[in-house]
Amino acid sequence: MDSGDGVVHAEITVTVNGAARRLRVDTRVSLLDLLREELGLTGAKKGCDHGQCGACTVLLDGRRANACLALAVAQDGAEVVTVEGLAGGDRLSPLQQAFLDEDAFQCGYCTPGQLCSATGMLDEAARGRPSAVTPPGDGPPELDDAEIRERMSGNLCRCGAYVNIVAAVRAAAGEAAR
Amino acid sequence: MRVEGREKVTGTARYAYEYPVAGAAYAFAVQAAAGPGRVTAVHDEEVLALPGVIAVLSHRNAPALKPVEDGELALFQSDEVAYRGQVVAAVVAETLDTAREAARLLRVDYDDRPPKVRLSPGDPGLYKPEEVNPSFPADTGQGDPDEAFGASAVRIDATYTTPAEHNNPMEPHATIAEWRDGGLTLHDSNQGASTVAATLAELFDLEPAQVRVVAPHVGGGFGSKGTPRPNVVLAAMAARVTGRPVKFAFTRQQMFATTGYRTPTIQRVRLGADADGTLTTIVHEVVEQTSTVREFAEQAATPTRMMYRAPHRRTAHRLARLDVPTPSWMRAPGETPGMFALECAMDELAFAAGVDPIELRVRNEPDTEPESGLPFSSRNLVACLRRGAELFGWDDRDPAPSVRRRGRKMYGTGVASATYPANLSPSKATAAAAPDGTFTVRIAAADIGTGARTALTAIAAEALKTDASRVTVEIGDSALPKAPLAGGSMGTASWGFAVTRACEALRADLDGGASPPVEASADTTEEVKARGDYARHAFGAQFAEVEVDVDTGEIRVPRMLGVFAAGRIVDPQRARSQFIGGMTMGLGMALMEESTMDERFGDYVNHDLAQYHVPACADVRDIDAVWIEESDPHLNPMGTKGIGEIGIVGAAAAVANALHHATGLRLRDLPLTPAAVLTNL
Repeated sequence: MDSGDGVVHAEITVTVNGAARRLRVDTRVSLLDLLREELGLTGAKKGCDHGQCGACTVLLDGRRANACLALAVAQDGAEVVTVEGLAGGDRLSPLQQAFLDEDAFQCGYCTPGQLCSATGMLDEAARGRPSAVTPPGDGPPELDDAEIRERMSGNLCRCGAYVNIVAAVRAAAGEAAR
Repeated sequence: MRVEGREKVTGTARYAYEYPVAGAAYAFAVQAAAGPGRVTAVHDEEVLALPGVIAVLSHRNAPALKPVEDGELALFQSDEVAYRGQVVAAVVAETLDTAREAARLLRVDYDDRPPKVRLSPGDPGLYKPEEVNPSFPADTGQGDPDEAFGASAVRIDATYTTPAEHNNPMEPHATIAEWRDGGLTLHDSNQGASTVAATLAELFDLEPAQVRVVAPHVGGGFGSKGTPRPNVVLAAMAARVTGRPVKFAFTRQQMFATTGYRTPTIQRVRLGADADGTLTTIVHEVVEQTSTVREFAEQAATPTRMMYRAPHRRTAHRLARLDVPTPSWMRAPGETPGMFALECAMDELAFAAGVDPIELRVRNEPDTEPESGLPFSSRNLVACLRRGAELFGWDDRDPAPSVRRRGRKMYGTGVASATYPANLSPSKATAAAAPDGTFTVRIAAADIGTGARTALTAIAAEALKTDASRVTVEIGDSALPKAPLAGGSMGTASWGFAVTRACEALRADLDGGASPPVEASADTTEEVKARGDYARHAFGAQFAEVEVDVDTGEIRVPRMLGVFAAGRIVDPQRARSQFIGGMTMGLGMALMEESTMDERFGDYVNHDLAQYHVPACADVRDIDAVWIEESDPHLNPMGTKGIGEIGIVGAAAAVANALHHATGLRLRDLPLTPAAVLTNL
């Protein structure tokens, strides 16, 4: 609806980290800006605002997505999980703990996106979805380092923590498999 | 574990743009669509009529700023446009989307002329700068290099080029500015809160104590946040004009013209040697660019002044003043491009003389710093090369190029030296003991991802003779004791020095019977000044293996190893992260990073992360770093040399040298692309 100031607003309901929110949003607003500027959830980062760096990655209806490329108005009924929703209370997720243990970050700005992406990626792999480096054949892909690197390549890290990110994801994947 | 690690993995670590500020307005920058020239009209009335737009700032209405050394900060102070992409206006609005839309709609007219943006070694406008960054002579020389080169048994005369490269920290340059009671509070993304506060006080004609800069977490900088950028001025000005707190960030695209970059370089290197590879002559001449706004002269030939022994030598820097954004610091300015050229030339000399590349470097190892004659405080380049050779499996390497082929792939290995000066600056710090047995250390240091907070906690605990869990280190705030910026790989050394002294003084007070709460302070100015004359540098050896696809020209790097000698390593896990992070950026420099200037209209064309490629996860396979522990009494109380920058130095040369070993191709222009391989293979 046009609120008279030339800006069009719409009402949506989104579930963010488990809590349902009824929101009136400017139809130009991205999901990323909605989270950061209106809901105070600044965990998702703005690195490029163009879907090129992955720092804004969140889980959208369970799948990893660039929040900067998703218009908030299109998310009516959606379920969003941000980095703030990955831990169970004070208990870090296995990936969060592995990132700490392996020093899988430096400045930390890409980290929320890496963590959401890795969370979504482990789920994709568990559901048998192949990547560009998965050999043809049946059965779920084995998450070796080449698979992890390929599947995590949508999340840039300028500090160059990739070696440690792969180690952390490998450790968390191993834990999940046990 | 990183002290602030938990905040970073749970998303609660706040970066500059993320502080909750009641009633904030949003600013968005407008860049010059033409230049150089001048702005003839800003049609601000059109966008001021849009609902939600609060103000349009430009040279027509901006408050006057006091002049400072960096002309890039003289925001909206005249109608002059120095280069296309310079910030010429800003819109302030109630929401980010409104500000962005209004900025897009703002019409600005220009009277512009064709830009001069092409860097060329034949440019008659090339000039010799008074000095190069930060304060080295532009030229140096000893002996008669021209005659000695002509008389040398083995000669290398080659020109190497490196392109413009952009720092691209993941967090864009961002500021929240708020004026309260005549003072200015800034949440800002920077590498040194004290520096930003001092500069902003100067610009806005305030007492230093009236400006407070808060930056506990910074999403990378790599030099681009070492000095204040237009973002902090823009936010402060917009907040003053509107009377509102203002949030501002450059977009990724805007960063390419507004936040600095590494100058492109054209480097001619001449090496003359005896038949056994013993150097007689080293000549390194560099051509670079700067802007018309401010001079920045990258010190690319300075490592050549201290790496290898030779009686006849010359280094020189020449600059072209172009209609381009001002280049600035990017990770290891000077050493990074300079050592690419020198270390590739050394590889060419090794090949020409039939000497193993490691042996060639060992053979030319100096006893004292070649140009200054100063003793080295410690120099373990040879130890790094030897240790790396052992770990990397160098000794059974067949030096013949282009003979290792498996299927459609060719393989090769390469080596290069690395170096970076062990800088130190004066700093202050305080240390306080509380009655509950805990300690708080305060210093306006910055943790831009280096692990400074964690390292300083360890350093403080050691000096206090207590457990690190009892120590809290407060950094990232200009209200804390004044400290130098995180740059020149001198952070931990400079801050750690002051922290050590403050903690030692506190320990002495406590041991002398003082009862908490008690505080001690330190200022290392005199001690830093009183250090003896030594050549202080960290060294390293970079090894790389490449795999080249003969059909596509694709170059992959399955393995990189760095061996470093950088004094005492305080925090091994963070140190390894720094080293491999620098090497990863070096991989990007070798294979992909290149900013392309639009020669017709000015400004960098490929200004986003889809077109300016930095390494992604799949580009990086096996990168590892190890080090040789040094005990060097001539540095600082911790015995540390900087580690933030040396990891990138020499990495690209090692890859280029490995490419030659794999294919026989000597590619001297970075980046090493499939196109260049295919054209020449």
